[in-house]
Amino acid sequence: MTDSFSTSLPAPDGSAPDGTATVPEPAFLDGNAAAGPLRELFTVDLTAAVGTCASCGDAGPLGGVRLFTQAPGLVGRCPGCEDVLFTLVRSERDTYLSMKGFTTLRFPTAG
Amino acid sequence: MALISRGFSGRPRSDEPDLPPGQYLTSDFPVLSAGPTPRVPLDTWAFTIVTEAGERHSWDWKAFRQLPAEDLTVDLHCVTRWSKLGTSWRGVSLDTLLEDVETAAEYAHVRSYGGYTTNLPLEDLLDGQAWIAFEYDGEDLAPEHGGPARLLVPHLYLWKSAKWVQGLILTPEDEPGFWETAGYHIYGDPWREQRYAGD
Ligand SMILES: [Zn+2]
Repeated sequence: MTDSFSTSLPAPDGSAPDGTATVPEPAFLDGNAAAGPLRELFTVDLTAAVGTCASCGDAGPLGGVRLFTQAPGLVGRCPGCEDVLFTLVRSERDTYLSMKGFTTLRFPTAG
Repeated sequence: MALISRGFSGRPRSDEPDLPPGQYLTSDFPVLSAGPTPRVPLDTWAFTIVTEAGERHSWDWKAFRQLPAEDLTVDLHCVTRWSKLGTSWRGVSLDTLLEDVETAAEYAHVRSYGGYTTNLPLEDLLDGQAWIAFEYDGEDLAPEHGGPARLLVPHLYLWKSAKWVQGLILTPEDEPGFWETAGYHIYGDPWREQRYAGD
């Protein structure tokens, strides 16, 4: 199940898998685009960490989430149920990280 | 629109009297979204106000469009620092929608199709300060800009103007919405530059 985040991604332009036209979709990136901002917060590479969605129970690497960046902050959503997994808001003074959409985040123990 | 002239676009205009602090003028209309664009068919669309007593006031699309609507020209200020002046909308005033709603609640929790939420004091929705807008620039409101209908509260940062608005829950306490929970200001006055929770 650990690959489920990265196997269900639709085309980045938001078109349906069957190619039918849809209303314009905000583009999203894969979660690896969050590697830089997250590296500033954590010493481990979180994009390889396996997160479990609190909403639907799907698990997958953080690098496989749907990352919405055309927004006032970064928003990572579950590719299974589209619920919000994490948000990252940064001002010049403070960084606000919410991980409340994960029940757990699993990554190799350091050392 | 007269204030938008070529060459100003994208440049910092901190000395511009119509711009709140830290904002710059843009002439395009950037699309910001925290998630996928919900599709809301008009035959299932409804706008619902629920009071603190659980009383529901609901309008389907037909009933909503039969309410008196007004044309308005307002300035938009996004917390990501762009401002767009003189935008033209058509919508129903929240004064109209709240006219027959009995409430002692002081806050409104705004809910949207797709799950977005935001919050604001109820008094910020009254006295000609807020609308449910369904046309932009003379056209039906496009889904990427929040169509079929969005909240428009132009005196607050634009994240308060919830796209794809579905309804209001009137509450005695101010309950933080999506961006307010994620680190943005509980109120969001652009003129006082209330961007982040710590501001
Ligand atoms: Zn999920």
